[in-house]
Amino acid sequence: MHRIKQGQAAIALVCAVLGFMLVIQFRTTQSIRASIPYQRLEDLSQRLLQTEKERDDLLNEVHTLRQASGVEAVSQENEKIKMGAGVIALGGPGVVVTIDDSKRATKPGENPNLYLIHDDDILKVINELWAAGAEAISINDQRLVASSEIRCAGPTLSVNNTRYSPPYDIKAIGDAATMENALKMRGGIVETLQFWGIQISIKTSEYVKIPAYKGAFHFDHAKVDKEGGK
Amino acid sequence: MTLPIVGLIFGIVIGLLFPVSIPMEYAKFMSVALLASLDSVFGGLRAGAEETFDNTVFITGFFTNALMAAVLVYVGERLGIDLYYVALLAFGLRIFQNLAIIRRYFLRKKS
Repeated sequence: MHRIKQGQAAIALVCAVLGFMLVIQFRTTQSIRASIPYQRLEDLSQRLLQTEKERDDLLNEVHTLRQASGVEAVSQENEKIKMGAGVIALGGPGVVVTIDDSKRATKPGENPNLYLIHDDDILKVINELWAAGAEAISINDQRLVASSEIRCAGPTLSVNNTRYSPPYDIKAIGDAATMENALKMRGGIVETLQFWGIQISIKTSEYVKIPAYKGAFHFDHAKVDKEGGK
Repeated sequence: MTLPIVGLIFGIVIGLLFPVSIPMEYAKFMSVALLASLDSVFGGLRAGAEETFDNTVFITGFFTNALMAAVLVYVGERLGIDLYYVALLAFGLRIFQNLAIIRRYFLRKKS
């Protein structure tokens, strides 16, 4: 084996520097690969792929459902209509709002009505809950449906023509945090009611059961308008 | 041939012992400098083989090549000219040329 005689020492020195640089470069490349943008890129592309796959699956599902267009789709549609109309019991995450009359003693000369719960107080709470995305609401186990009334009937409250006295339990299914925040909003309904000493408590729950509407639907005057379409 | 290899291993060990890392945005310059050094080493080996080795030329060539390559790439980046690939191509070509010459040298001497 022939040997390179000249410049061994110099080449060795340069080789040492080269080795040092090699290691640094290697480490830097390694850290680039481990760095967040690179990982994020991979993560995002992964997610894109997954989402695309999901989309294709859903498109397929839509296609098959359209083709079938038969029993299953109709029954699913039926289920939704029933849920919306309130004729089946529902369950899911939500809040339970308990409202009771004020315990505060009425001062002489003050209107005692201010310390009682009225229908409009309840209505405000209900309104706030709907606005916060509640999907189903019941008051003292009376499911609120399209024709439900909430009105004062003497010292009691009438819901679905059933009378209740305080305390009132309002249950709502929906995004619990959103509904709770909507009620507890500064200057909101809870603050207003508490000003008069009305006891109101909000509990979020993993599973709230809301019963079905127990009454029947009567349509004496209304008829289906054929020209109105769907 | 043993001394350069020992030197290389020595450099790698030192690099491993000192956890130095350069910022990501300079990784490009570092890679070009690395390529320039690699080119210099092969050039030095070739000169040694041809017995035209000059210590001063080699050492200065090594450092100026590496530095100038990095600086050129930096300037190119500022000016929007991708000198990075130019340097890559030039050094790459030279490395392989030098390699070929070294190989021929060894083959000739053997026979």
